[in-house]
Amino acid sequence: MRHIISLLLENEPGALSRVVGLFSQRNYNIESLTVAPTEDPSLSRLTLTTVGHDEVIEQITKNLNKLIEVVKLVDLSESAHIERELMLVKVKATGAQRAEIKRTTDIFRGQIVDVTSSVYTIQLAGASDKLDSFIQAIGTAAILETVRSGVTGIARGDKILSI
Amino acid sequence: MIVRFLRDEGVKYIYGYPGGALLHVYDALFKEPEVAHILVRHEQAATHMADGYARATGKAGVVLVTSGPGATNAITGIATAYMDSIPMVVLSGQVPSTMVGTDAFQETDMIGISRPIVKHSFMIKHASEIPEVLKKAFYLAQSGRPGPVVVDIPKDMTDPTQKFEYVYPKKAKLRSYSPALRGHSGQIRKAAEMLLAAKRPIIYSGGGVIMGGAAAPLTELAKMLNLPVTNTLMGLGGYPGMDRQFLGMLGMHGSYTANLAMHHADVILAVGARFDDRVINGAAKFCPNAKIIHIDIDPASISKTVKADIPIVGPVDSVLTEMVAILKEIGETPNQETVASWWKQVDEWRGSGRMFPYNEGDGSIIKPQMVIETLSEITKGDAFITSDVGQHQMFAAQYYRFNKPNRWINSGGLGTMGFGFPAAMGVKLNFPDDEVACVTGEGSIQMNIQELSTCMQYGLPVKIVNLNNGVLGMVRQWQDMMYSSRHSHSYMESLPDFVKLAEAYGHVGMRITDLKDLKPMMEKAFAMKDRLVFLDIQVDTSEHVYPMQIKDGAMRDMWLSKTERT
Repeated sequence: MRHIISLLLENEPGALSRVVGLFSQRNYNIESLTVAPTEDPSLSRLTLTTVGHDEVIEQITKNLNKLIEVVKLVDLSESAHIERELMLVKVKATGAQRAEIKRTTDIFRGQIVDVTSSVYTIQLAGASDKLDSFIQAIGTAAILETVRSGVTGIARGDKILSI
Repeated sequence: MIVRFLRDEGVKYIYGYPGGALLHVYDALFKEPEVAHILVRHEQAATHMADGYARATGKAGVVLVTSGPGATNAITGIATAYMDSIPMVVLSGQVPSTMVGTDAFQETDMIGISRPIVKHSFMIKHASEIPEVLKKAFYLAQSGRPGPVVVDIPKDMTDPTQKFEYVYPKKAKLRSYSPALRGHSGQIRKAAEMLLAAKRPIIYSGGGVIMGGAAAPLTELAKMLNLPVTNTLMGLGGYPGMDRQFLGMLGMHGSYTANLAMHHADVILAVGARFDDRVINGAAKFCPNAKIIHIDIDPASISKTVKADIPIVGPVDSVLTEMVAILKEIGETPNQETVASWWKQVDEWRGSGRMFPYNEGDGSIIKPQMVIETLSEITKGDAFITSDVGQHQMFAAQYYRFNKPNRWINSGGLGTMGFGFPAAMGVKLNFPDDEVACVTGEGSIQMNIQELSTCMQYGLPVKIVNLNNGVLGMVRQWQDMMYSSRHSHSYMESLPDFVKLAEAYGHVGMRITDLKDLKPMMEKAFAMKDRLVFLDIQVDTSEHVYPMQIKDGAMRDMWLSKTERT
């Protein structure tokens, strides 16, 4: 099963390499990774997605918790949460296609953020599967370039991850 | 500032080798009489010396190595300590911070290279933070599940012209690190009740009992409930080796009795052990009828390879002490008939002979097992025994009857050849009045033999018991059993004359080739209290270590000799 694991990490050089190193060292999967400082500059928030059996996920969370620089950890997929990923896509947009792409973008609640005579650059945010569906709808033949931010997430309701 | 901190931290000895990046530190050491430095001949030996000290005392050993090759030479020793959860602080020199990343002379990314084999590591960014970082390093190394910590120190951080106010930090502050201080009482009570109701219980205890200082409560618990006890390779000495309830080591080369008792157990109390592949054999067939209680300080060790029914995260000494208290409060004893019938079965497996039977030969040839039995007899099970890796290590684990914890010192997890001799030196330095012997083989001893010179310089009269069978015995055993006796590169054509070699370094060498000389010569060697004696003992080349578990089988599936199996 796919899990979204979110952690508060000491904002120190080398901390990220320990997290990433753990995954390669213990042969765990890592699908996406995002990291940036929080409102408290001494902490970074890191979100990663991984796939594995429950036993593997349990080992991943235990071993992440063992890292000295990991301050707190939550497996977001264990309860209600909001998941977001940002995507920028450059697509061929000429002739009749231009209107069609505009329509599809509107349906997915995306925005065209840059325009040339032959190219649209579209910005889309949402859960990863929504982004996947958009790519399918546009068709890979039209796509010139894709860039995705990786998944970030936050728990719904009162639950917060802080120290 | 580094040297002052080490003094204030109570460090008596550090083990190391100087170099360009560390010259400021060595200059400070020159002026500090309270911190003694032991100059090794190779940095790997410095780490093993610190490791030997740590295993004997439970306190962190301190290593000082220079940048580049000094640091990389220390890697094997750091990995050895990491795999066995041994507290160690490694101070490595680094090129000046302004030159880091420029491929400067003797630069290597020590933090990067050591990352997967340390509990944690630090790079000093400002000289003023040295005392605080070192305090954290010692705290991390010695608390929770212990392990090695590396502190990388760029040369400019030790520049004596920079002056800072020095205050010895009494406590380390780390908001993101809080090892469990006690176990969950509800879980401990559940475990106690499960043990009381068990029909075929057994204690399986590991290195955590040794490093966690829990031998006494473990023994009390075992006595209280009359439980059979088996130890892992790392856990030997956690329960008295001569006691009736002790079944010997378990696992790949464990005793017939211990492995059978494990297989048939209905409740296994695992304490400070990690269900290693060399212990459990095939995970799928492991102890099919057993409920498992697992006590460990490290949550990641629990349910890693074998699922625990009652997990208890906490320091093993406090958990066991609480369990004993709860049992006293409950006030019940296990059903006496059930206990008696389980022991009847265990004693039937054990038989009346040796725990580990072997063919004694013709009376002149020396069997390696006999050497260890003689060593155990002469030293009464009380010596510090270190070992290298291979057949001799298994023979030492099987035949030496360890009465006390922290006396059996070997590289269990990493299996580092060359470990035993420097580890023995580290022990001897700190326990000058105790007997310290290194059981080794002609293969392993050559991996750090240069330290004979260090022993001369500092007067370290360890005893080297070299089981010389002329071949890399464990490799050869596997080749005999699994590769139709094709002895590919397991034989060394030109061994040195170890007696002359020992003499060349200024020590005493003795060769023993006949069984009748074994005991008198060994007694003579141990009577030379202030001399290092190298005992080169010619032992039977064809001997294998048995029992040996059959790959992917259950605990009970073993070869018992070259022709018999369970």
